[in-house]
Amino acid sequence: MRVPLSWLREYVDLPATETGRDVQEKLISVGLEVETVERLGADLKGPIVVGQVLTIEELEGFKKPIRFCTVDVGQANGTGEPQEIVCGARNFEVGDKVVVVLPGGVLPGGFEISARKTYGKVSHGMICSSEELGMGDDGTKGIVVLPPESEVGADAIELLELVDEVLDIAVTPDRGYCLSMRGVAREAAIAYGLPLRDPALLDVPAPNAFGYPVKISEPLGCDRFTARTVSGLDPEARSPIWLQRRLQKAGMRPISLAVDVTNYVMLELGQPLHAYDRGRVQGAIGVRRAQPGEKLTTLDGVTRTLDPEDLVITDDRGPIGLAGVMGGADTEIDDTRGTTTEVVIEAAHFDPVSIARTARRHKLSSEASRRFERGVDPQAASAAAQRTVDLLVLLAGGTADAGVTEVIAPSAPHTLTLPADHPDKVAGVAYGRETVVRRLQEIGCDVYGQDELIVTVPSWRPDLREANDLAEEVIRLEGYENLPSTLPRPPAGRGLTDRQRLHRRVGRALAGAGYVEAPNYPFIGQAVLDQLGIEADDARRQVVTLLNPLSDEEPALRTTLLPGLLGALRRNDGRGSHDLALFETGLVFRPTGAERVPARLPVDRRPSEEDLAALNAALPHQPRHVAVVLAGARERSGWWGKGRPGDWADAVEAARTVAREAGVRLTVRAGQHAPWHPGRCAALYAVVDGTETLVGHAGELHPRVVKAMGLPERTCAMEMELDLLERAGGGIVPAPRISTFPVATQDVALVVDKPVPQAEVEAALREGAGELLEDIRLFDVYENAEQLGDGKKSLAYALRFRAADRTLTVEEASAARDAAVALAAERTGAVLRGA
Amino acid sequence: MSAPNKSYDPVEVEALKPEEIERMRNEALAAFAAADSLDALHEAKVAHTGPTSPLALANREIGALPPHAKAEAGKRVGQARGAVNKALAARQAELEAERDARVLVEEAVDVTLPYDRVPAGARHPLTTLSERIEDVFVAMGYEVAEGPEAEAEWFNFDALNIGPDHPARTEHDTFFVQGADGGAQSGVVLRTHTSPVQIRSLLQRELPVYVICPGRVYRTDELDATHTPVFHQVELLAVDEGLTMADLKGTLDHMVQSLFGEGMKTRLRPNFFPFTEPSAEMDMVCYVCRGESVGNPDRPCRTCSSEGWIELGGCGMVNPRVLTACGVDPEKYSGFAFGFGIERMLMFRHHVEDMRDMVEGDVRFTRPFGMEI
Repeated sequence: MRVPLSWLREYVDLPATETGRDVQEKLISVGLEVETVERLGADLKGPIVVGQVLTIEELEGFKKPIRFCTVDVGQANGTGEPQEIVCGARNFEVGDKVVVVLPGGVLPGGFEISARKTYGKVSHGMICSSEELGMGDDGTKGIVVLPPESEVGADAIELLELVDEVLDIAVTPDRGYCLSMRGVAREAAIAYGLPLRDPALLDVPAPNAFGYPVKISEPLGCDRFTARTVSGLDPEARSPIWLQRRLQKAGMRPISLAVDVTNYVMLELGQPLHAYDRGRVQGAIGVRRAQPGEKLTTLDGVTRTLDPEDLVITDDRGPIGLAGVMGGADTEIDDTRGTTTEVVIEAAHFDPVSIARTARRHKLSSEASRRFERGVDPQAASAAAQRTVDLLVLLAGGTADAGVTEVIAPSAPHTLTLPADHPDKVAGVAYGRETVVRRLQEIGCDVYGQDELIVTVPSWRPDLREANDLAEEVIRLEGYENLPSTLPRPPAGRGLTDRQRLHRRVGRALAGAGYVEAPNYPFIGQAVLDQLGIEADDARRQVVTLLNPLSDEEPALRTTLLPGLLGALRRNDGRGSHDLALFETGLVFRPTGAERVPARLPVDRRPSEEDLAALNAALPHQPRHVAVVLAGARERSGWWGKGRPGDWADAVEAARTVAREAGVRLTVRAGQHAPWHPGRCAALYAVVDGTETLVGHAGELHPRVVKAMGLPERTCAMEMELDLLERAGGGIVPAPRISTFPVATQDVALVVDKPVPQAEVEAALREGAGELLEDIRLFDVYENAEQLGDGKKSLAYALRFRAADRTLTVEEASAARDAAVALAAERTGAVLRGA
Repeated sequence: MSAPNKSYDPVEVEALKPEEIERMRNEALAAFAAADSLDALHEAKVAHTGPTSPLALANREIGALPPHAKAEAGKRVGQARGAVNKALAARQAELEAERDARVLVEEAVDVTLPYDRVPAGARHPLTTLSERIEDVFVAMGYEVAEGPEAEAEWFNFDALNIGPDHPARTEHDTFFVQGADGGAQSGVVLRTHTSPVQIRSLLQRELPVYVICPGRVYRTDELDATHTPVFHQVELLAVDEGLTMADLKGTLDHMVQSLFGEGMKTRLRPNFFPFTEPSAEMDMVCYVCRGESVGNPDRPCRTCSSEGWIELGGCGMVNPRVLTACGVDPEKYSGFAFGFGIERMLMFRHHVEDMRDMVEGDVRFTRPFGMEI
């Protein structure tokens, strides 16, 4: 809502010294969000005067038509001689009254005017357009042509009210009444403690039987309808400057007198109005729901197919308006041919929900619908109709017809009870009953009672429905800034949950290992799943899809973190960072296949457990994953020597790092899973709830994927379901027993077939070595066909033996080693090298 | 009578003469002083203190002296040997120090060499800032609550007093999830705020409830310098007996003091949110200029654009209707809630100028933030 300060002063006697910023501050303190204060004409400087065009000479030979004019500016130029002015606009004629800025004047933007040579003539000033004067859109985009009665030589700054301040207020949905000068003035009056001149306090004639016939068949949708008629309008009459200027300052465009007047009254009182050309309305005006398939062409020229829920205004032929949203083109006031001499004025009150739905359905938000949605004062309808009639009579020479139609559905003002100390309890401040009552009265409530207040809320405040609504009114008027600052004492908390602590630990561990966190958007498309080589029957192809994605290319939610992370990797690589290690933790979205659209649950009580379960069953499964990607050097080359590229083993190590934080021992097996290289993919297992479970994969990406996605060569990746690891995590760590007896070390080199996984050999050694084994470590892998034979490899292990209670003899250690080798031989066909 | 002096060998006795001892001593000292390396010193040591050295031999002669001469000769030889050993030790220390100094100089390195063998990792500042805020409240006894990002409309809207026709519902720029049958109806949206976690907390937890709910939220805004469709919020909810707006104010003040330092404060301005009543917009005093840039063109503040205050987010007393929808008796319990965007706070706390820097995962942006923020 744009509120010109000069207009606001009409209703509240604000101190003359108050600037727009002062008023802004005051209004903000009572809760109106005044976003900006626009200072119109702040840098404007005269002389800017009314002139009359005497002669026009068309100059030839220029790229665009140019006029050389003489303009009578009276004595404003000091000589009384006609002023010679060059002008490029064409929307004026000899005899027209125009706005002239004389040399020495300054237009908005610091544009100084002086006599200057242009197009071969000397121009002594400028004939101004509305834009040049900073007036806003007047619909002409040309020179301002003033009414003929404007006095030559008069100061145009004053005439056009060019200097003003406009407050722009963002009105919250609950404060519909502030979409009017009346509402804002009420707040200003309260803020300043000044009386309000309520523009809705008008003498209104009583309804009678000879007004324009109105038939409401839908009283639930329309509980009030006032119709008035004015005849004998001068179709030539135009809106006076003051009216046009107020509309412009409020952000509306002047159109025609009748339309301007209805808009003006809407801005003033908040009541949307509609004026019909009486000659184009046939029979009684009705209000009903639309019939299926009915059509209506609205004022914006769009033909709309109506919905049976739409509320429409009708005449004998059918719909002539979308109630509370926009009028129809057929009964529009005719301002082009100027034939309208009789109008029917509608001031009605419609159901906010119905209007909101219609506006949404037709994607048609209008000044009227915005107000009805947020609540219009139903009691203001008669006054608004009267005000419109008065202005039409005054400005267009019309006559108010005696007939007054008012259809009013019975209703009672809203009354609620409020414990007098309730605002105190909400605020934590002892305001006391007197203050509470006074503040409620200020906003227009009737208040009775002592400890239990009986509060009748004013008709313009449909938002005041409950005790807390009233408490807010008291607290905001007493000043939010005066609230004390106290700290509640919550009961002792239990700190972070295991899941939350694990999440943090994993992030720290990966960052400590050199990975940089890169959280990504979860939007994906089928294309990236194709690039990743994910098969059609893979669970990751089952996606949750958005109805209204930002991009049609990425309409689905991720089922894996890799698309986003690989995208970030590629982006970094493209920007010149080539040694990359990134990680992300985040949710993925997996349809359960059992989603049902849940019933709309009530909000007036706690839903049943079954209902809540049904809500949750409508949701996809959303486990938290962790993933890393890496490319380029894991260790860089430098003065210390050669570096080392990141490889599959780093990806697996990242998995182990995560698992270690979760307290989980990962079992690693060879795997085959897109998008990984089939020979360099580790399938990762953990024991979850007693069952060995696949928790993720790690390794080098498939070369095809690398190529398809445009990734650096040998890009590696790991992804695991972090929630599974958390479940696999093993609670409290038992402390190891530390033996201080000396260690006995035995190395063994075992030759096995190449495909035998080291993990199996190690497991056999570990088991075979028995209790004396403290630690086992693979320290070398050796492949040499000449020495070992084709298809063989040698695995060298260091075994460390120690007993808790004695120094081991060489014989004991050797026996344990032999047992370990024997079991490895039995399980994996390993042969002791050199044996 | 035997000849008492028979065993006196004039040659041997010659060796114990004072002037002889003095000579041996001087020769030894000279040899030590002349040794210019530890090896040379070792040779001199063998020659002058070894078992066949003149002083050692002289010492052996003492036993042959008559008793009256033994004491004097012993004393003379002992003193000489003491002096020689002392000189040897001193020279040894001297030469070792020289060697050490030389070797350590040779071993010196250029300690200014860089070491970026494994580039440093880092956590994203949105993560760490969120955690830092969580920690402020966890220290007060709050617990961290979480919820799904694909959320039922009832949690995201209805239970928060945003009914199907509420104007606020259309203002939320919501991502809607397609129905499992491909239809428009699923009853599921990408949560537009972290407020549904309030509802889940009230439904799941025992009263009183004090929770902080961080998380990702979604709005259908295109990514640009100031908007992102995916962003992060932190939401706080406290529901207990007798909670007031003053408690809300105090909690906010405590938060900004914890995050931005002593003396920080907040300001509430009336506003409207369906799920709170009364509702307020919350600002914090600019932590850089502390309001001193207002009306002071000489000291402009780019953090708050010389406004003195920085807008944080929305807050208010939990609307009793929300409590009712969760089965909490609004006659007995009251509560407060607030929420704000982490991106915004990161922007003004660390002078991030472009939203895109926070979402593109560029390692150059993230690395400097390290592990904590």
